[in-house]
Amino acid sequence: MEPLDLELEEGELELPSEPMHLNMGPAHPAMHGTVRCVLELSGETIVKADVQIGYLHRGFEKMCERGTWAQVFPYADRLNYVSPMLNNVGYALAVEKLCGIEVPERCQWYRMALGELARISDHLTCTGAMAMELGAFTPFLWFVKARDMIWDILEEETGARLTHSFGRIGGMAAPPTAAFKELCKGSLPQVLHLMEEGEAMLLKNRIFLDRLEGVGTISGADAVALSWTGPCLRASGIPYDVRRVYPYLKYDEVDFDVPVGKNGDNLDRFLVRLQELRQSMRIIAQVLDRMADDGPVNAYAPGVMLPEKHDVYTTIEATIQHFKLVMEGAKVPKGEVYSYTEGGNGELGFYLVSDGSGTPYRVRIRPPCYPITGGLQKLITGAMLSDIIPTFGSLNMIGGECDH
Amino acid sequence: MSKAALEKLQATFGDAILETHSDCGDDTALVKAESWKPICEFLRKDPQLDFDYLVDLCGVDYPERAAQKQRIEVVLHLCSIGKRHRLRLKARVGSGEDEELEGAEIDSVTSIWPGANWFERETYDMLGVTFRGHPDMRRILMYPEFVGHPLLKTYPAQRTQPLVAYRTEEEAGVPLEKQAPFGDDEGLAFPRNDHDRDAEDPRTKLNPHKTEAI
Repeated sequence: MEPLDLELEEGELELPSEPMHLNMGPAHPAMHGTVRCVLELSGETIVKADVQIGYLHRGFEKMCERGTWAQVFPYADRLNYVSPMLNNVGYALAVEKLCGIEVPERCQWYRMALGELARISDHLTCTGAMAMELGAFTPFLWFVKARDMIWDILEEETGARLTHSFGRIGGMAAPPTAAFKELCKGSLPQVLHLMEEGEAMLLKNRIFLDRLEGVGTISGADAVALSWTGPCLRASGIPYDVRRVYPYLKYDEVDFDVPVGKNGDNLDRFLVRLQELRQSMRIIAQVLDRMADDGPVNAYAPGVMLPEKHDVYTTIEATIQHFKLVMEGAKVPKGEVYSYTEGGNGELGFYLVSDGSGTPYRVRIRPPCYPITGGLQKLITGAMLSDIIPTFGSLNMIGGECDH
Repeated sequence: MSKAALEKLQATFGDAILETHSDCGDDTALVKAESWKPICEFLRKDPQLDFDYLVDLCGVDYPERAAQKQRIEVVLHLCSIGKRHRLRLKARVGSGEDEELEGAEIDSVTSIWPGANWFERETYDMLGVTFRGHPDMRRILMYPEFVGHPLLKTYPAQRTQPLVAYRTEEEAGVPLEKQAPFGDDEGLAFPRNDHDRDAEDPRTKLNPHKTEAI
């Protein structure tokens, strides 16, 4: 005799259940402390999801309207606090575009080198944290050790490990130190070695791969429609990289590949970041070859740049100039500008409006991970509860940037 | 950037394009707020323009333009990934003094670019522009009880917000003795006098039920 339930559809075998509501975050360790997901579950499947942000909102844009143009740099540091140098450079380029200043070649190479170092630290943090959230604690330590070497270089250059405030309108706070090239050449092979060790531990781990592969898949067209950029978009197969498509600084003069994924799942996002690390190292090697050892770093822009300290102490003109620049701020020409660079997570844009005074009229940041986090709801609806962790980890949401 | 997009817009929409400029190399068109959505649809669908990627949507407040009903400028940045060109689109809406905005409404473009969803919510949250046809017009960065829109130029940067009142017994569905154990002073060690001017606001009256229960 045949069993009775053969004729039944599979769905009819499930017991009817009330939907369950679950709050995930903002204090959940995998939510980075800044995101709350309100979920409606049927069993372990997510039926509805509402992603809520804003727990780290600090009024960045409002604060910028109260100081001078130069006083935005420390705030910009705290947007993406994993790669502050990229924000610094991005903001400096935006103001320079509005002022019509071009910084000397040496500064452009220097900004590229520091920016790529910051990108390495950003990607190392993201991939390491993602592995840790899936239970692989050791590779996280490998990656953080590698990141610390990057921070050692940045500390040597800027004096701070995390919030450098090193950018200036029309240049950098200081020229490269004498040891900069040596430090990079010494550390980067070690960073690569550590990264490869960590990578080898993860990419042969069946549990790790199973939780990434085919989870959180998004097609290229959908990703573009959701305004995704950066590694997350490239993992879906769209080779859009601001450094390649709209080159700034000297990115058109260096050789690098834009790694793309195929499936747009978590594994692809993970692998794209690992490949980008290697490309960043390739860029840094070329930059070190081509950056001159001496020459000016700051542009000649007396209305914007602070005068030399020596002149400030010895001449009245420089003293007055210094005083006016500090008290009133650099006068940026009236107008509006949108300038964009490739940040750690994608297109980092600054839309600036100036009314011609020393204070910004409006500083609008386009944080790359804001629209990416906006797409999280789409990725996790219909998935399993435990898929949120790797999916959210692979998006690399940075609270400071996303919540402004 | 492409001048061609600007020319094509002017040829197609004529009077709806109020102003164009290309300062700093950013092609910009100021358009009538009424034609906001048709223009966006055209930019998305036209095969030569093909703006498939919405870069950014934000707003800027110009209180001095309130009399012309052009107080808030909604700014949209677009890019075409395939065609490699960019465009900035602006429209001005709304009037009103101080923080009372009137008629600050514009069509939502979420049906054209789904990525506009959070950007429009943020613009609503920060500047009070309502987007008609948006599926989920809520605050996003601020909490629901927040009063006002912080990025308006008339919003004082040092303003303190009224404290969020306790939920009532009916609303929370929890008996009062099981709610947060704070008294009228919100658990602070020192009295807060910043809220006197908001005394009329019923929400600052903290938990009227609590005293009764005790």
